[in-house]
Order: sequence, then structure tokens, then C-alpha cells
Amino acid sequence: MKILVTVKEVAEAADDFEIEGTDIGEQFLEYDLNEWDDYAVEAAVQLSETYDDVEVVSATIGPERSEETIRMALAKGVDRAIRVWDDDVAAADLDVAAKTRLFAAVVEEEEPDLVLSGVQAADDGFGATGVSLADEIGFDWAAVVNHLETEDDLSLAHVHRELEGGIEELTDVDLPAVLTIQTGLNEPRYASLRGIRQAQSKEIAEFGLADLGLDADAVASPISRTGMYEPETESDATYFDGAADEQAAELAAVLREKGVVSE
Amino acid sequence: MSDVLAVADHRRGAVRDVSFELVRAGRELADDLGGELHLAVIAGDVDEFADRLSLAGVDAIHTVEAGEEFNHDLYAGATVALFEELGPTAVLMPNSVNGLDYAPAVANRLDVPLVADAVDLAYDDGLEATREMYGSKVETTLEVSEEPVAVTVRGGEWPAVEETADVPVDAFEYDFDESASGARVQGFQEVGAGDVDIADAEFLVSIGRGIEEEENLELIEELAEVTGATMSSSRPIVDSGWLPKNRQVGQSGKQVTPDVYLAIGISGAVQHVAGMKGAETIIAINTDPNAPIFDIADYGIVGDLFDVVPALIDQFE
Repeated sequence: MKILVTVKEVAEAADDFEIEGTDIGEQFLEYDLNEWDDYAVEAAVQLSETYDDVEVVSATIGPERSEETIRMALAKGVDRAIRVWDDDVAAADLDVAAKTRLFAAVVEEEEPDLVLSGVQAADDGFGATGVSLADEIGFDWAAVVNHLETEDDLSLAHVHRELEGGIEELTDVDLPAVLTIQTGLNEPRYASLRGIRQAQSKEIAEFGLADLGLDADAVASPISRTGMYEPETESDATYFDGAADEQAAELAAVLREKGVVSE
Repeated sequence: MSDVLAVADHRRGAVRDVSFELVRAGRELADDLGGELHLAVIAGDVDEFADRLSLAGVDAIHTVEAGEEFNHDLYAGATVALFEELGPTAVLMPNSVNGLDYAPAVANRLDVPLVADAVDLAYDDGLEATREMYGSKVETTLEVSEEPVAVTVRGGEWPAVEETADVPVDAFEYDFDESASGARVQGFQEVGAGDVDIADAEFLVSIGRGIEEEENLELIEELAEVTGATMSSSRPIVDSGWLPKNRQVGQSGKQVTPDVYLAIGISGAVQHVAGMKGAETIIAINTDPNAPIFDIADYGIVGDLFDVVPALIDQFE
């Protein structure tokens, strides 16, 4: 069995940042493995530990810098990785359809039995690539999965989908499928020192558009970002200033006044 | 071709709030386009739902009678079929958990651009959508140069339409064989049952990522004890297994309406705010002065919880 995990290196903005053009200035961004994808990697690695002959491959769309993030997935037990990038991809404003075409080409190359993906990326939060990919490659799917069990013949997955308001939907999904993974599904492991060492010698294959049988049209997008701004603060909160004990005294007075503290 | 098609959301026999908001978003966009607003109601007791959704601003309701509950193959297939029948400029779907499960497939099948989680929409020679990025720290505008377009709409951003009207209802024939679907709903399960129901609490002390380590929870437990408060949390604390699911406040957890909600080390992500904005008084302690929680707080302390909370405990000991 082969499991493909799509992963993304996401940018996180510092508390204090400045916008330059239509993005946050590079010096205010820090990069990390997308939190949702971390749970997807863990789910894949756990399946590889449960069943014999499971290969876990991670695929990402990202520049050379993102290899650091991919190495983190490799250190946690992913067997090998694929990174899609070239000048045309770098120049494109990738929308959901473009990412779908790139990952669909990777799926054609790798022929996985199961694809796991984070529900959404922490930076742009579209939450759409996994289901779009499933539809494109003709796999079944389930979105926002927070519990996963598989039949031993790997023909079927029993999943819970986390709905709003503390309700879970219990759904059976035929495999092969794409599952988009919600945080809380498992407890992602830390990369061990041994894992980090081993990750250095694992393969990260680089694919450009031509390697995937695609051309620049595949990443052309009709959606372009035209503006970015900080939302105007709507706060009309009363702030307590001063040292911590002064702030605490004012807060205590409010709690007493509201009558919620039992003394 | 200047119409808008919106797809309603319902669950377990009840129309969900976002459907009434979708009607507002759809009507505004249809007005910008100079077209009609069509509403699709798929699965369940569609006649009752159509009655409930006969709202001012809706030009036609299309019911698709098939199955009891949400199934993404049904929703995607029926939405695409209706789209092809009506030829709208835009299809609006909710950015709900079920929306996430079918809207991307609709966009892919129709080969139209998808804008997800829009918080505002405008049309002037093309669609312009407003979204948030980087954990709500910034808003962005996106322009879409192709039509038609698929959009998912964030709940809580448009006022619900409540005014009723007499809207024509059309039964749309769509053949669907649920047994042939690769994903089959087996049932539902309530989660988070336990000895404490945070929805009943008058005073909630709620903790988020700012607590950093599990052992630091002792500090918050001590505060809850000396003040007689009930402890709750944002999602990451439950994901980490530090508190049980029945303590989680938010979109996927509990909705709470205490007299006082003291948010400690919680940034105020939109999913969390959805669960606690009904609190009578909201107090926030956070190191980041730009944290979105301060936008909805009545009282704020910009400071380190590890300094403020021990000082607050001293006030009540």
C-alpha cells in the first residue's frame, strides 16, 4: 500500500509586522510545517506501523526553502518526498484548481492507495485542495476527519467528520480515498534525533511542470490578490494598565461587581 | 447570465443559520449583477425547508428530494445539475464543515474558479472577494477575472434575512443512488458529554495556547478554585489532550453564554469566537495587543498571564 500525504510549508506572521504591497514583508514571516498536515503525516506513519508493506510519500509544492519542512516530515517517518517547483510555478499565483492539477499529476505518477491532506493551510485557509483533488482523480473522499479506522483489507475507512456544535458524523468511505485531516485526530510525534539524522539521507525528488507532463497553462489562475490590509480594530475594551498586581486588582473589582466570584 | 445560485445548509431536520445569511449575501450579489437569486434546498424534508426559506429577496427555490441527510455526492451532483440548468454567474455555498466537503468538487466539476471563506463580496466588472489570511491578522482582496465563479461564504458575516415572502418553489428532478456513493453516513454522535456542562456555567475561566505547557494548567485550576469558576478552553488545549472535549468552547465545541467569560492566552480565532461571543461580559488577558480577542472584549489586560494570574489569585485568597 502507498499513502501520499500532501504537506505545505506555511508562513506565520509575527505579532508586529508590516505589509509590503499585497503581502506581509518577508522579514516578518516565519515558516513551519502546516499544523493540519502534521496530523496527516502522523496518521500516515501510524498506518505504516500498523500494516506491512506501507510506503508513505509526502508531496509538496514549494521553493527550495521548503525542503527544511519536508525533512521534518521525513524525520517523523515519511519514507520519501516529492517537491514540485520550477520558474513557472514560482511566478504563478496558485489557486485551488492549479494546485489540484499539480497534485493530480503527482498522483498519476505515484498511484497511491490513500491520500491524506490537512483540512486547511494555516496561512491562506482555503480548505479546498483535498476535496478538489479527490474529485479530479476520481477517488472517494471525506473532509474534516477527526477519527480514522481502517478495515484490515484496506478496502474501507470508518471515519468521524467533526461537524459544528459538538456533533460528529460517522461515515464509511471506500478506499482509495482522499481524507482531509482535522487537528486532534492523533498526537503528532516529535522527530527523534535518530529520525532527523536518517531524514538527511532520504530522497526528495524534484519535479518541474515538464516532468509532470504539464505546461505553464496548468498553473495559470484567474484569481489574483489585489490588496492586503490590517483590519481596523473594533475594540472598545476598557484596558487595565500598570503593573500585574494593579491590573489584577482592577480585574478582581470587576469580577466582584459582576457578582460571579464566590467569596 | 447574471443570476446567483445559493445552496442552503441544514442538519437533522433544522435549517442552519448560515442559510439565512447566504440569502443576504446572495441577494446583495444578485443586486450588483442585476439578476435573480435562486436558492437550492437538497435532501431531507425539502418542502418544510422551502417553506422556512421563503424569504424576502429570494426569487425561486429549487428543491431536490433525495435522501434524509447531507451526502457530498448528492450535494455536488445536484448543485452542478442545477447550475447547468440555470446558468448563473455565481454559485454560493456555506463555508461550513459540509460546505468544505462538497463545494471544492462543485468548482472542479464545473471548471470554475473557487474563492473559499469569503467575508465580503462586491461586483464591479468582475467579482471582488474579501478574505482573511495569517490567522485573521490581515484581510485581503481577491479579484476573479473569469465567470462564472464558485464562492464559499463564512458564517456570521452577513446579517440573516428574517422577513418572509411568497417564493415560488420548483421541484428539481435529480436521480441519485445513495448506495452507489463511495461515502455513506452511518449516523451521528454527540461528543463531549461529561460531568460538567460548561454551557450552564455563570463564570468561565477559559485557557488557550498561551498556557504553553500542560503543567501550567495547575495555575488556571488554582484560579478557578479560588474564584469558584468553571474551566473551559480553546481548541488546541483539547487537541493536546490536556482537557477533555466537553470543555472546548467554539464552533466545533460548545456554545456558551456565561455572565463572565475570562479568556486567558486565547488569541480569538473566528472559530473560537463563534462559541463565546454570547457571553454577557468578556475579559481578555493576552500578551499580543493586536490579538482579535480584544476586538470583542469588554475589558482587556495586555500582559503576561504568568504575571497576571498569580496576582489575581492573590486577590481572592
